[in-house]
Amino acid sequence: MVPFSLQKAAGVADAISAGAAGGRYIAGGTTLVDLMREEVEQPGRLIDINALPLKRIHVEGDDLVIGALVTMSECAAHSDVRRLQPVISESLLEGASPQLRNLATMGGNLLQRTRCPYFRMRDAGCNKRTPNSGCSAIDGHHGNHALLGTSSHCLATHASDVAVALVALDATMHVLGPNGERSFPVEDLFRLPGTTPHLEHTLLPGELIISIHVPVGTHARKARYLKVRDRSSYEFAVVSAAAAIDIEKDVIRSVRIACGGVGTKPWRMRDTEKALIGRPADRASFEQAARLSLNGAQPRAGNAFKMELMPATIVRALELARDVA
Amino acid sequence: MSQHAEPTATGGGRAPSLKVTRRAAIQAAASAMAFARATPSSAQQAAAPAATIEEKITIRLVVNGQARTLSIDPRQSILDVLRETLDLTGTKKGCNAGACGACTILLNGQRINSCLALAVMHDGAEITTIEGLAKGDDLHPLQQAFIDREGFQCGYCTPGQIMSGVACISEGHTGSPDEIKAWMSGNICRCGAYAGIVEAISEVAKEG
Repeated sequence: MVPFSLQKAAGVADAISAGAAGGRYIAGGTTLVDLMREEVEQPGRLIDINALPLKRIHVEGDDLVIGALVTMSECAAHSDVRRLQPVISESLLEGASPQLRNLATMGGNLLQRTRCPYFRMRDAGCNKRTPNSGCSAIDGHHGNHALLGTSSHCLATHASDVAVALVALDATMHVLGPNGERSFPVEDLFRLPGTTPHLEHTLLPGELIISIHVPVGTHARKARYLKVRDRSSYEFAVVSAAAAIDIEKDVIRSVRIACGGVGTKPWRMRDTEKALIGRPADRASFEQAARLSLNGAQPRAGNAFKMELMPATIVRALELARDVA
Repeated sequence: MSQHAEPTATGGGRAPSLKVTRRAAIQAAASAMAFARATPSSAQQAAAPAATIEEKITIRLVVNGQARTLSIDPRQSILDVLRETLDLTGTKKGCNAGACGACTILLNGQRINSCLALAVMHDGAEITTIEGLAKGDDLHPLQQAFIDREGFQCGYCTPGQIMSGVACISEGHTGSPDEIKAWMSGNICRCGAYAGIVEAISEVAKEG
């Protein structure tokens, strides 16, 4: 691990001024410490933000508000989350392990780095780790890589489970930086790789995630997260889907779907959603609409199986959501 | 990186010895390596604030009920502090990347991967390791159950399994074998002693 200095931020303003001066925020550290040990990450200055008052979950108007420093465990177990947005709890418990969830925070979860093996393999080319060093996944092992949003520079997926649920639920980020506060959809936190895969998110220098706001609507009750993976727990998604559905008299009034494991960021399936409005909530409708998830997909030899697995996962997630009592 | 613990009256359980043990030799080698790495040589290190190089930081931890004041390198994980600084080698280093669970400890009562927690970020924390479970010669019920149910073969993952199992029971995630398996999934056993591990946890949970 390359030497670094560590500063404990006493307050939010304190943290942001240190962040704007080039420091790197650290909360749970489950991604960052691991990558620092591999020297994939080499921050010179860390700002420990764990003392900041961002550990609260509460209801504000029509929103469930989750503080950035709430741990994955706390969020998954919280009574308001389980009551108002149970799919957030479900997606969190499908991710990582109990030990990791006790350290990792909600803000950090969204900013975690990719699990593409070449990213942490310093003798392999990886444009995300080292710009212009090439992408070893394109001609290498890419069975677990993305179909959607890829470029000739990067195929890596975003690994978060709860981000998939948050994108499906139209959650927004509230961030504070040197130029004040702003909010935007969680979906817009993530950049597509394009020619600059090393730039992963849209936060400006010094900006700090304060909270995540999740609107609580009629779709929240019938919502499920389905994760398909190589073993039944403690594994990243091959394909996952969050589905939230609002049904009136067996007809779909509104529906939200996002997928993990298939995109270079959590991927909202808007064509599929549109095709389902006003349709009966049955398997035939789900299967027909789920084919539209393939729009724009670019399979490669190793991950072409996801062209079947992704729509099948969406169909099954929709059925699970529909059947929530 | 070797002994920065405050000396205690009883020597903290470490018998004085003039013999160079295998462990001491490994520690010496590790210290030499850390020193080499901390010596400014590359452009990267020159770019880092100079005051941080080789700077030790003092933290306080309560480890298995005992207050310790420690001078540590900011790069040390809690795992490295336990093993290298405090000589508490019950906690094992498996993957050192948060994937195997061998380093599981309780931090302020919650199970974590100690390899991924920088000790400098946990000043004042209370830590329980495998060495802190037994009361004298009386094993913790889960330690005894691992023996009775053969919840291990080689034993390397066992301290992490037991610490994780203690937390799993106190969290109440022991309603069924499937629930135990899901909530113990962060602990890998290459010998495949899972059946005995699940039985041991289930048994102790039922005994309350």
